[in-house]
Amino acid sequence: MENTKKRYWKGIEELSNDIDLVKNSQKEFNLDDIEEGTYRRDFLKMLGFGVAAVSLASCSAPVKKTIPYLNKPEDVEPGIPNFYASSYVLGGNYASILIKTREGRPVKIEGNKLSGVTKGGVSAPVHASLLSLYDNEKIKFPTKNASEISWSKLDSEIKAALAVSKNVRIVTNTVLSPTTKKVFADFTSKYPGTKVVTYDANSASALIEANAQSFGKAVIPSYLFENADIIVGVNCDFLGTWISPIAFSSAWAEGRRVSAKKKTMSRHYQFETGLSMTGANADVRGMIKPSEEGLFVANLYNAVAGLTGGTKVAAGTIATEGLMDCAKDLVAAKGKGLVVSGSNSVHVQTIVNGINALLGNIGNTIDFGNTLNNRQGSDVEMKQFVSELKSGVADAVIFFNCNPVYDYVAAGDLGAAIKKVKLSVSISDRADETGLACKYVALGTHYLESWGDANPKTGHYSLIQPVISNIFKSRQGESSLLTWASQPADYQAYLKANWSSMTNGASWSKSLHDGVFSSGSATVGGASFSGNVAAAALSALSAKGAGIELSVFESVTMGTGAQANNPWLLETPDPVSKVTWENTAAFSAKTATELKLEKGDWVNLTVNGQTIELPVLIQPGQADNTVSVAMGFGRTAAGKAGNTGKNVLPLVNGNANLWASDVKVAKTQSGYTLPQTQTHETYMGREAVVQETVLKEYIKNPKAGRFEPKIQTSIGEQKPYSITLWNGHNKKNHSWGMVIDLNTCTGCAACVVSCQIENNVAVVGKAEVARAREMHWIRIDRYYSSDAPREEGYSVDGYKAMEVAAVNPEVVFQPLMCQHCSNAPCETVCPVLATTHSSEGLNQMTYNRCVGTRYCANNCPYKVRRFNWFKYFENDNFDYNFNNELGRMVINPDVTVRSRGVIEKCSMCVQRIQSGKLTAKRESRRPVDGEIITACAQSCPTGAITFGDILDPTTKVAQLLESEKEGRAFQLLEEINVIPQVSYLVKVRNNNKAVVASTEHGHEDHGAHEEHASANKH
Amino acid sequence: MTVISPIREKLVTGGKTHHDVTEDICRHVESAPTKEWKIAFAISVLLLMYGGGWVLWTWWEGLGVWGLNKTVGWAWDITNFVWWVGIGHAGTLISAILLLFRQKWRTSINRAAEAMTIFAVLCAASFILMHMGRPWLAYWALPLPNTFGSLWVNFNSPLIWDVFAISTYFSVSVLFWFIGLIPDLATIRDRATGTRKKIYGALSLGWTGGAKSWAAYEDVSLILAGLSTPLVLSVHTIVSFDFATSVIPGWHTTIFPPYFVAGAIFSGFAMVQNLMLVTRVVYKLEDYITIEHISLMNKIITLTGSIVGVAYITEFFIAAYSGVEYEKYAFLNRATGPLWWSYAAMMTCNVLSPQVFWSKKNRENIVLSFVIAVVVNIGMWFERFVIIVTSLHRDYLPSSWTYFTPRMGDIGDYLFSFGFFFTCFFLFSKFLPVINMAEVKAVLKNSSTEKKITKITNSN
Repeated sequence: MENTKKRYWKGIEELSNDIDLVKNSQKEFNLDDIEEGTYRRDFLKMLGFGVAAVSLASCSAPVKKTIPYLNKPEDVEPGIPNFYASSYVLGGNYASILIKTREGRPVKIEGNKLSGVTKGGVSAPVHASLLSLYDNEKIKFPTKNASEISWSKLDSEIKAALAVSKNVRIVTNTVLSPTTKKVFADFTSKYPGTKVVTYDANSASALIEANAQSFGKAVIPSYLFENADIIVGVNCDFLGTWISPIAFSSAWAEGRRVSAKKKTMSRHYQFETGLSMTGANADVRGMIKPSEEGLFVANLYNAVAGLTGGTKVAAGTIATEGLMDCAKDLVAAKGKGLVVSGSNSVHVQTIVNGINALLGNIGNTIDFGNTLNNRQGSDVEMKQFVSELKSGVADAVIFFNCNPVYDYVAAGDLGAAIKKVKLSVSISDRADETGLACKYVALGTHYLESWGDANPKTGHYSLIQPVISNIFKSRQGESSLLTWASQPADYQAYLKANWSSMTNGASWSKSLHDGVFSSGSATVGGASFSGNVAAAALSALSAKGAGIELSVFESVTMGTGAQANNPWLLETPDPVSKVTWENTAAFSAKTATELKLEKGDWVNLTVNGQTIELPVLIQPGQADNTVSVAMGFGRTAAGKAGNTGKNVLPLVNGNANLWASDVKVAKTQSGYTLPQTQTHETYMGREAVVQETVLKEYIKNPKAGRFEPKIQTSIGEQKPYSITLWNGHNKKNHSWGMVIDLNTCTGCAACVVSCQIENNVAVVGKAEVARAREMHWIRIDRYYSSDAPREEGYSVDGYKAMEVAAVNPEVVFQPLMCQHCSNAPCETVCPVLATTHSSEGLNQMTYNRCVGTRYCANNCPYKVRRFNWFKYFENDNFDYNFNNELGRMVINPDVTVRSRGVIEKCSMCVQRIQSGKLTAKRESRRPVDGEIITACAQSCPTGAITFGDILDPTTKVAQLLESEKEGRAFQLLEEINVIPQVSYLVKVRNNNKAVVASTEHGHEDHGAHEEHASANKH
Repeated sequence: MTVISPIREKLVTGGKTHHDVTEDICRHVESAPTKEWKIAFAISVLLLMYGGGWVLWTWWEGLGVWGLNKTVGWAWDITNFVWWVGIGHAGTLISAILLLFRQKWRTSINRAAEAMTIFAVLCAASFILMHMGRPWLAYWALPLPNTFGSLWVNFNSPLIWDVFAISTYFSVSVLFWFIGLIPDLATIRDRATGTRKKIYGALSLGWTGGAKSWAAYEDVSLILAGLSTPLVLSVHTIVSFDFATSVIPGWHTTIFPPYFVAGAIFSGFAMVQNLMLVTRVVYKLEDYITIEHISLMNKIITLTGSIVGVAYITEFFIAAYSGVEYEKYAFLNRATGPLWWSYAAMMTCNVLSPQVFWSKKNRENIVLSFVIAVVVNIGMWFERFVIIVTSLHRDYLPSSWTYFTPRMGDIGDYLFSFGFFFTCFFLFSKFLPVINMAEVKAVLKNSSTEKKITKITNSN
């Protein structure tokens, strides 16, 4: 250490002992902002950050299995829906549709307005078919003896078996597709012993056969309801289920629409056993027993013949209400009448043909130039097939998208017979009753996963395109047949090739875009009648009934039961009875009393040793000594939801006309509550609710039937809307509103299902519906008329009498959703402002804010608000589509799924309004009329619901309101001054029944609240 | 010379001295619980637990466990709420209005009546919570600042008025009750030892019994009485607004405020009558709660019962006179519709049954008084049920008309409120003086000096 003074230095600063350098000598970098110390504030900052980070990490977002697109498909924009045109085909039922898809999954079905057949109308089963795609209870792979088998193994086994089969049978329902028929033909050429057997559960075989006999044309003609002045239906639910109900509804509505300019409408007679939806819409309705069908049409024939000078046939007489009037009207409107019958008796249909021929309707309202292909089934062929199967002639059978073990009327022990056949294959998208009886289930696809075409009517073609790839290990039925026929299985290419040849080279892409292609309708064609009415009458009259007669009908919602495992359909109330989730035994009040039956009872119905037990429905308008039961229920292999109700088909013992005589009825239990959405049947004479008139009054006075309450004030009588405590709402831009025409609403419930899908309305199940807790945002109120006079005084008996529906009632259907009151009673009472008024006239519900006091629901005069009594999703007590991942795929991402404990209600599809406004805004324009349309209005096959902006005078709704302001337009419960955004148009009936005409108001009262403009008897 | 009217009946019988009063009342607080008390308390707690189970189930599962439906959105929940609030009215009425009117007979019963008020209001409040679909968000009904995460409330909504009315009523009632307890708590403190002394000492807030304390006590009592008096009228008036301001026929009625207040007093007095009759026998307080008390209570019950009877008839008259179709039907339906039995129960229990008290003999019959008081409360429950359910189940559109059938959830939750009420009441009767000793002592003198009065008169 001698050299202590010797120093090494790094820089001049160190040598000079610079004060800054000494201070910072311990720091590596002399940078203040990096080498800063930790202070109290930093500690707090770090603490705050730490807490925030931990809490953020702990509340991970509940998003599951959301995967971003690595390579985004060109035509998919997350959040923006794509629409694809396609066709709904189920058996012979058809609708041209648009499918809304979001991020690759179909979420909604809408009508395709380009279609010349269904014209944008959609029915409840069509809407609901979407959910059948996401049915979690379908099998997920092809099976052999109910266990999984690979496609290659299945193909080789089936091909081997087919090779040694002499008589192959392909059983199918009506096939609307020309290309599928070509596939059948190709298959047949490969296996020459093949025969295609077509049957329909809702068979019109007799109609086709009768037409063959009467006119030499084995076809179903077009029925031009729009051109008919007098429409007569005999056991024919043409608005609900018969042949082509969507198209018929739209055509029927054409003739029913009245306005200040068109004060004419068709007159609709209906003669039937049970009160069908079509009967409920008729002007005059008569009741006949199933056994009297032949007698009735023979009488109608004779009455018409008597008036036109034709030859009568030998028949006894029947005094059905309205029969003679009907005949007179038909004769007066010669060539402008239309008689249709839903009977599956060749004789009855022949007589009906005779009537139409007598009246000159053929070639006018009945068009043989354009035929309908919706029913092609042949009862004879099917009967022969069953006997071939039982006798062992058929050694291979392929069931192509059909389920005869359940739905064939003479199924009997078909299931057992199938088991004996060497090769039995079911091509179906599920293991249904037939699938379970077959050795193989070649899992088919849902139509939304399929390619296909349809030719429902002469000159009208339509395409089916897949909107989602196959969810399960399924293969389209046509591809399976092609594979087994050793052809390339690419059905898309096959279809494309055939399409071009079929349509004479119509553009494939344009057709695919439009969904439809029309080669033009043929001219209306007639046919000459050569049927033997006398012989037909003789045979028809041989049908004799005894005791209680059973009539089996097709339910408007459930149809033939093919879509039974569909909670949406099951929960859709029957348009007339309002029963959900099951079928019932409908008796008239008189018959029920005679049988000592009451509401809430169950009965055993026994015919020919077959018994089923069903709940009793006391049905006004039901013919005495008859019982009506809907088919389509009582499935055993439909699934958890669908195995409900009872299968009535065994009771008719193979009678293709679906009725049976001498039913033994025995009461089994009582005290049951039917799952009905409406339990009170009449409207109690409340003219502020339902307003109706008859045509002849309407011609005289466009305000006929209008009820205009006045309120007594110190300055005289005032209209309710002119006296108010309210300030009103300032609507600067839009005022969304609706007009609903009671004249054209058929009650078909298409809007109910459409709304349920669009707005993610929960399914609650049978028990909850029985507790009156269904969640539907739109309901269709159905009122029966009562024979009792309107009670004006204080008589308790008078009011009680008004509660009783007439024996053969007139019916009103009234769709009811949130009326979006301008002075909304719900808005004032909500303690937390969860329901408020928008600047566009909407009464809006903020689910997040709702605490669930239900005060708003109580204070709603229309009772349209629905409360979430339970959590309806991910809850095993509500094991429907919201309780499984596949089922939840159907949820509309634009609409919140409501939690339990909140109120919900119709929003007038505010998500559609917003999206329409956004589109318009992006394009710097105002929304165009028709661009924004609610789900209910969109689906209505008759156009009864008009939606739009009332403030914009160019819209249809504004014009309709303007023209009907001093006419038929009314708002419900005008006297309580809530001023709804929804208006109704008075129902006009075209019958001669006397109505209490509205008289001008004038009657002194004592400072009371309100008065009744009509029927004042002072 | 003081002149005291010799006509007054004795308010406390049996020639009790001040010390007797202290002994009689404090004995129950100080001694071990009796067997009867234990049994009664055990039953109450069991009821509370059973009902509590149902309440938890209701909250866990959703309000679907009740029998409500799309048309009848309120039934037992709000019936129970209004019923309990109504019962709660008697406490305040006795304490406040009778205090202002110098009705000295009230002193024997006001303590228990006030306690009953508080417990009844708590029961009522439990139904406010329970009837909500999402009760965990109940605080959204309070006008809390936005920074609390809540938005502003709707001051147009009668439910918000309810929140204010009930919470004000509850706070004032608790305050009034507790202030009244202070001198008695001090008495118990002075007699107690150990932990009890500390607890009662803390509760008595250092009461000294000095003249200044008494003066302050009197002042506070009067002020609180003044504050509570309008509340007696306002609370049930506001509760009635829940219905009166709506558009539903049968609810939309201007007669509701006075009618509801009368009904509340009616049911409250009946409940007080019940509780007092039981306490009187169990605690052997016949000298404090005399036949005269019972008789006076019965008179009020008859009066208020008749007032509601008049109201029922007035409603019918107005409905008929108005000519409003819906109003007319609502009332006919009430009496003759599917729920006619509830209307019949209401009329029989509320209007007819109290009429037996026109006879003095009946008024002084203890068993009959008890039975009628129970009947009156059944009737008053039905009154609320009739108003709520029969109006809702058939309102404007017949398509939505339904029926109401209660389910176990309704019953279980109602039992909960009984369990809660009686558990609280038995705890109160064990640990706190059931009779206001201080005030009874004040009226004791009047009656016990009767003989001296005669003397004074004689000496004059």
